[in-house]
Amino acid sequence: MQTHTNNNAYYVPPPSIWPLVGSIALLTLATGFALLLNKTAIGPYVMALGAGILLIMLFGWFGAVINESISGKYAGQEDASFRWGMAWFIFSEVMFFAGFFGALFYARNIAVPMLEDAQSLWPGFVAAWPTAGPGLKTVITPVHAWGIPALNTLILLTSGVTLTWAHWGLQKDKQSQLKLGLALTIALGILFIGLQWYEYVVLDFTLRDGIFGATFFMLTGFHGFHVILGTVMLIVILFRSLASHFTPGRHFAFEAVAWYWHFVDVVWLLLFIFVYCL
Amino acid sequence: MNTTTVNDATGHHDHDHDHAPEGFMRWLTSTNHKDIGSLYLWFSLFMFFFAGALAMLIRAELFQPGLQYFQPGVFNQLTTMHGLIMIFGAIMPALVGFANWQVPLMIGAPDMAFPRLNNWSFWLLPAAGTLLIATFFVPGGAISGGWTMYPPLYMQGGIAYDISILSVHILGISSIMGAINIIVTILNMRAPGMTLMKMPLFVWTWLITAFLLVAVMPVLACAITMLLTDRNFGTHFFDAAGGGDPIMFQHVFWFFGHPEVYIMILPSFGIVSTILPTFARKPLFGYVSMVYAVASIAILSFIVWAHHMFTTGMPLGGQLFFMYATMLISIPTGIKVFNWVATLWRGSITLETPMLFSLAFVILFTLGGFSGLVLALVPVDIQLQDTYYVVAHFHYVLFSGSAMAIMAGVYYWLPKWTGHMYDEKLGKVHFWVTAIAFNITFFPMHFLGLAGMPRRIPDYALQFADFNAIASVGGFLLGASQLLFLYIVIKCARGGAPAGNRPWDGADTLEWTLSSPPPYHSFVTPPLVK
Amino acid sequence: MSIPKYPDPRAGHTYCTWTIRILFALLAGLAPALARADFALNLPTPATGVAQDIYDLHTLILWICCAILVVVFIPMAIALLKHRKSVGHQAAKFHDNLAVEIIWTVIPILILISMIWPATKLVVSMKDVSKSDLTIKVTGYQWKWEYEYLGDNIRFMSNSSTPQAQIDGEQPKGEHYLLEVDRPLVVPAGKKVRLVLTSNDVIHAWWVPAFGVKQDAIPGFIRDTWFKVDQPGIYRGQCAELCGVKHGFMPVVVEVVTPEKFDAWKQEQKALVAAAAANAGKTYQMAELNAIGEKVYTANCAACHQANGVGIPGAFPALSGSKIATGDVAGHIDMVLNGKSPTAMAAFGKQLSDLDIAAVVTYERNKWDNKTGDLVQPADVAARRK
Ligand code: HEA
Ligand code: HEA
Ligand code: HEC
Ligand code: CUA
Ligand SMILES: [Cu+2]
Repeated sequence: MQTHTNNNAYYVPPPSIWPLVGSIALLTLATGFALLLNKTAIGPYVMALGAGILLIMLFGWFGAVINESISGKYAGQEDASFRWGMAWFIFSEVMFFAGFFGALFYARNIAVPMLEDAQSLWPGFVAAWPTAGPGLKTVITPVHAWGIPALNTLILLTSGVTLTWAHWGLQKDKQSQLKLGLALTIALGILFIGLQWYEYVVLDFTLRDGIFGATFFMLTGFHGFHVILGTVMLIVILFRSLASHFTPGRHFAFEAVAWYWHFVDVVWLLLFIFVYCL
Repeated sequence: MNTTTVNDATGHHDHDHDHAPEGFMRWLTSTNHKDIGSLYLWFSLFMFFFAGALAMLIRAELFQPGLQYFQPGVFNQLTTMHGLIMIFGAIMPALVGFANWQVPLMIGAPDMAFPRLNNWSFWLLPAAGTLLIATFFVPGGAISGGWTMYPPLYMQGGIAYDISILSVHILGISSIMGAINIIVTILNMRAPGMTLMKMPLFVWTWLITAFLLVAVMPVLACAITMLLTDRNFGTHFFDAAGGGDPIMFQHVFWFFGHPEVYIMILPSFGIVSTILPTFARKPLFGYVSMVYAVASIAILSFIVWAHHMFTTGMPLGGQLFFMYATMLISIPTGIKVFNWVATLWRGSITLETPMLFSLAFVILFTLGGFSGLVLALVPVDIQLQDTYYVVAHFHYVLFSGSAMAIMAGVYYWLPKWTGHMYDEKLGKVHFWVTAIAFNITFFPMHFLGLAGMPRRIPDYALQFADFNAIASVGGFLLGASQLLFLYIVIKCARGGAPAGNRPWDGADTLEWTLSSPPPYHSFVTPPLVK
Repeated sequence: MSIPKYPDPRAGHTYCTWTIRILFALLAGLAPALARADFALNLPTPATGVAQDIYDLHTLILWICCAILVVVFIPMAIALLKHRKSVGHQAAKFHDNLAVEIIWTVIPILILISMIWPATKLVVSMKDVSKSDLTIKVTGYQWKWEYEYLGDNIRFMSNSSTPQAQIDGEQPKGEHYLLEVDRPLVVPAGKKVRLVLTSNDVIHAWWVPAFGVKQDAIPGFIRDTWFKVDQPGIYRGQCAELCGVKHGFMPVVVEVVTPEKFDAWKQEQKALVAAAAANAGKTYQMAELNAIGEKVYTANCAACHQANGVGIPGAFPALSGSKIATGDVAGHIDMVLNGKSPTAMAAFGKQLSDLDIAAVVTYERNKWDNKTGDLVQPADVAARRK
């Protein structure tokens, strides 16, 4: 308990209640979800409670971070920490998607052909893609890649450009360019989500339709979820820009969200190629 | 990396955070790496005893053939939860606890890079642990499909399965955030002059372990997410009728699972590599090759996963590839063993408790490594897969590997952490009873496996009776000796001879330059490393 | 003829194994155990060429590992004895030596290569299922094996035959406790037998240690393996993949007979199949059905729903008083025929005959609290099969 604060010391935040609140939130959320899955009536309410606590935690925690940032507690070394941290977090997300892509490749190139070989169990089954598998007789009409998916590709790529343009604005301290760029990016993100939603609605297969349906919805679903998350983060950043939180010299939060957005973008490109085109 | 101190004109005058909060709130809300480290360690000790108690029940049931105390379903719950909790609740948190305490101290940092996040990483564990333990009390009982969670068996069963999946998700979040924190701390917070190649080996092993964690925990999340949706939302990832494949789960799981076992052993290597030079009073032999060996083990660990799946009937090419890759890991691991022996050679050795545990580690881990090598050979593995030989193998690497290294580390750093010396005499007793009881428990399991006793069974044929009885007696002794460990740790935490800054005359890492226990904020002014 | 083969308790006793035995027995204070001393220290006596090769490979590796152990730990022992502070040894200062580092990288690589060669050859031969004399399809069920002689129309279930009373300790345990079945797999000696394996529910593994064969049976997929045994006899093994509550009670027994006996056995089986077919249209009395039903229930259902029909709350529903078991007969038959995926309730239509199902449904509808008085005939079941 000695410490005489040193001007140069790395900023160590004071004790905080938010992590504990976050844990309670996840505990509640998980309990509620498990109850819901097992058809217990209170499940949804417990989940809602958990989600509520989680929201409070997020506001509280990010609020604290933003305050610290504004009051200048984060200098060069802290900033570097945040960058490293975000980079490694994105790496973990990459591995998460890699797992699902791996499942897709495995199912397509190994499992389905092996099922064709097992003729004595699945007489007449022919390995093909898409397939709902030998036991479900569903015939699957995949999404046409050059319809909505291609349009969505264009939208996401454009949003990457607008975001970069916003970043240039920020670097040159052109606040209006920053705000406009962000707003455009958000609009494109929302457009993407809307189209994706529409595509889900008009599709005539579901995630229950065999391995194609499962991998399709798992990959596009998690991607869509990330786009939603990214859009929410962009909105937060837009509000912070409106409140003039960022300067050309210090705007890590902006960059973190931009990295995240580009990551989501790249995942989409892979999805477009491996899920829709091939 | 440039780690020179920052010059920030805006200043950091914020005195309120310098006070350590008192009482309850100190532990609940801490942003202090030492407090959080202690929390991790206590949590893991609790879980170690919990999972150990389950093991005692397992050994009680297996003491003689026939069903004595538990119905088969309950026995499977014991086995599954024992494995799951030991790995995720005891060993991993203990090692993260070490990282929390030691990494900032050893690299001369004031704290972890993200102190608040650090607190969250910890407090997620009790949440996940509560969920896991609660499953014993839900209708249908806890999960009983093995810690490896293979479908389709995992499709059968009640709410406990969903709870456990969600619990493992939370554990995963905790591990990923903890690992990111450790990586960033190491990359960004080193004291001036502390280049990467000057870092203590323990820090190196944790850097690489944290990388493994960030890389594979998300893959585990994938695997169990697919399980969850197969169970509840009608997907067919693991169901042949829908074009899926149960073996796909095994691939995804072991892509996580094999690196996971190195996650549990690499920091242990680090602990042992710190302790041996101290008590041999001689620098670690082959520091550079040690670093490269750890890195090679980590990289190789990504391409050996299917050695857990030789009996699934992989194509010939797959079997051969995974056999060769697995065998290759012996090379870097061997280098480590040889370096340790060379460190001892012509030293000036004393045998305090941490040293005893470390020496036992070197010998017994090597035995476990050899049985791993035997399992790596496809034809022999076909005989031994899913037998007690495998159980023997992984307890040699996990108990006499990870767990004994953790004990070594606890004895080594307790004086630093508490400011008191532990009871050396009792420590030695603890060591000898543990080492002997451990071998009585697990050595016979090699014979059981060779003779053909499958694992995960509550009852067995008569020719396995004698060795099982021996293993059970050893197991009880092993369990009892851990109570002694608990006593020693508590006694030391509450008082004892003052330790002084540097109780071990051979120790030369940075933490020994601080007081014992170290100040609330470790290195407020970064030390200068020559 | 039945020479007990698994495991041969007297095989391979050497001075060394005795030493280890005594050591352990003494360590654990369990000297009385020695008197029984029917345990083995090594792989069981091989009955096939592959198993023999595995045995030899294991022996080779074991000795190599022992040799490395000695080479590594003798220096360590010397250091621990001589280079001690207590004997006044001063610490040297060296911490690097490129030459030794290279040596102890290269030598292990050479050792590994020496292991790889025999191992690779053996894997290749184990994988070679070509030129087999006969093919048998093995299907794993929770918790029994089904054997089907492809092309011969012979097909039967192989259940554990260890009485529950032995397991519960109410009866002395028999010689082949847990390693005995009602109908073993019968194969001819000296012939290459190919197995194709699959499973009906979860993953099982078919394993006979003396053959050096262990292969997972995976639902929806087919895997194959082979063995060729020269010595007639009875060989025993177990399921080797966790497959649910009775995983420990899922033995494999293979009876290897001379080719002549094998042919005779095959004829016998075919006659039995023909006799069963002749009985197809028959109607049964309540008492007959209840008697058969009780057997079927004990063998197939009691594991989950329990002998007293109360199930295990939360996991397996009670049948006593169950809506399905007292309601519509057709619904009850359907439940048993088709099961309920993805729960543990399997589709028994594939594994039980019409008679068996009729009997067990009748039994369930009249046992415990269920006093429906319904009588279900095999024809009723046949009618509901799709
Ligand atoms: C800390 C944990 C840990 C560690 C370090 C290891 C290390 C190794 N493991 Fe182990 N393993 C597990 C934990 C671990 N394992 C667990 C938990 C399971 C079971 C999971 C389950 O199914 O529940 C398992 C299962 C397992 C299997 C599957 C068995 C089966 O189910 O059929 C295999 C097969 O290849 C294997 C191999 C190896 C090898 C080759 C190593 C190597 O890394 C060992 C290398 C070390 C040495 C070889 C010794 C030192 C070297 C020398 C002295 C040099 C000279 C040596 C030579 C040249 C030979 N392990
Ligand atoms: C790090 C990991 C770790 C550790 C330390 C241990 C420690 C022990 N393990 Fe464990 N084990 C696993 C990891 C571990 N195990 C895994 C992964 C599996 C596979 C699971 C699966 O198949 O899915 C397994 C499986 C396993 C089995 C096989 C079960 C089966 O296949 O059916 C057995 C059987 O003997 C066993 C025994 C023991 C024993 C006796 C100990 C002893 O070392 C424990 C010593 C005891 C203690 C430390 C606690 C002492 C506490 C007390 C004495 C207090 C008692 C208090 C009360 C009763 C209130 N373990
Ligand atoms: C592996 C465990 C298992 C075995 C063996 C088993 N069952 Fe079941 N059984 C279940 C489960 C689980 C359910 C509940 C399914 C559900 O969720 O509706 C069930 C449900 C039933 C039901 C409906 C009960 C109700 O009220 O919902 C009947 C009837 C039944 N089983 C009969 C049988 C018969 C007859 C056999 C043997 C030939 C058998 N079961 C063997 C697990 C098993
Ligand atoms: Cu079937 Cu285990
Ligand atoms: Cu492994």
